[in-house]
Amino acid sequence: MKNLISMRDLSADKILQLLALAESLEKDPTQLDLSRRVMAAVFYEASTRTRMSFESAMKRLGGEVIAMVGTSGTSVEKGETLADTTKVIARYSDIIVIRHPLEGAARYVSEQVSIPVVNAGDGANQHPTQSLLDLYTIQKAQGTLEGLKLALVGDLKYGRTVHSLAYALAQFNPEFFFVSPKSLSMPIHILNDLSRMGVKFKEKTKLNKIVDDIDIMYVTRIQRERFPDREEYEKVKNAYIITADLLKNAKDNLKVMHPLPRVNEITTDVDSTKYAYYFDQAENGIYMRQAILATLLGEVK
Amino acid sequence: MMKVMKVDAIRNGTVIDHIPAGRVQRVLAILKPRGTDVVMMGMNFSSKAMRKKDIIKIEGRELNQHEVNSIALIAPDAKVSIIRDFNVTQKFKVEVPEVIEGLVLCPNPKCITNAEPMLTRFALVEANGSKLSCQYCERVFSTDEMDHV
Ligand SMILES: [Zn+2]
Repeated sequence: MKNLISMRDLSADKILQLLALAESLEKDPTQLDLSRRVMAAVFYEASTRTRMSFESAMKRLGGEVIAMVGTSGTSVEKGETLADTTKVIARYSDIIVIRHPLEGAARYVSEQVSIPVVNAGDGANQHPTQSLLDLYTIQKAQGTLEGLKLALVGDLKYGRTVHSLAYALAQFNPEFFFVSPKSLSMPIHILNDLSRMGVKFKEKTKLNKIVDDIDIMYVTRIQRERFPDREEYEKVKNAYIITADLLKNAKDNLKVMHPLPRVNEITTDVDSTKYAYYFDQAENGIYMRQAILATLLGEVK
Repeated sequence: MMKVMKVDAIRNGTVIDHIPAGRVQRVLAILKPRGTDVVMMGMNFSSKAMRKKDIIKIEGRELNQHEVNSIALIAPDAKVSIIRDFNVTQKFKVEVPEVIEGLVLCPNPKCITNAEPMLTRFALVEANGSKLSCQYCERVFSTDEMDHV
């Protein structure tokens, strides 16, 4: 594995290998030493959380970090191409982590430079480290990825995270409930793909009937700007708010996930229940990204 | 109604037959004949298989399979004959290549290929070339909605 660009490039075996390494690094972070290795965070748009997670992952393994954050004041503003910019940065570093608003940017960069490249989000296309940390979190919470019942809740139309998660889990025999307002439902081409792969799913507009039946609830934010008119937004915005009361008869093993930041879609009274798992999810991102960085840097036997 | 005429036979060169009617100019734009090439275009010929068809004859130039495959997306049923001294010495059909590089543009305005000075690259989704997936933004498009470079 030279780069991590898209979940489509990863076999189930490779995914399980990365999950196993993340687990082992969580238990014993001292087993690897990335000192004198330099990670370049090349962020054409700000994504502070993702960048800090990568930086923390690298630094906790003893590595160094250099960064370009935003294009203001950089050679990009002078009209330099993406290829030239990253070719120079590749001479300064051992691995590039790139975030870019255009789709396919990370793939292109990986073809231009000779060091490994990690895609930290390319527009609406892929964000594979998020997908992998979600898988790691699910496995950690449930002890397996196989045969789980999952509800994906919120904006399923534009949510890259939930699309990617649906595909990533498809090979592990899941049962999905896609819960969203009608205007933000899962795109038909994704439903077709899942049917073709033999994945079981049901579309729902209400959450309350299925809450007691699921192992994982993955919640995403519904953004006002996705709605053509305000009235429609006001109608649906409260229908997908997760409260402690909603969860009162949930299964013991249910875990609630959210890529964060949340606004009001999970009330704070959920935080103190055994179901809250979103902060653990954020922490898991560190171990997963460590596993990815170490693998691509050739530090794993 | 256009009158059907016989196009002159060529001594040496390439004949491309069974181009869908109306696409001859687009085929030529892709093949980019050199300034000195003698090119004959025939349009709206009658054909049993496809009702109307276009035809191209290029005097003095023998196209190879690779060159010809570049027209596969707009003339998937084209047949090619290589002519030497008025005789057909070689015949082949176009084949849609597995990977189509630098030939068509990605319709996704947010695709990196539309922002950087680079070649596009698509993989076949349907064997006949009717659907292609961009190897950069990973989206799938039908060939009809795509412009040639
Ligand atoms: Zn594209």
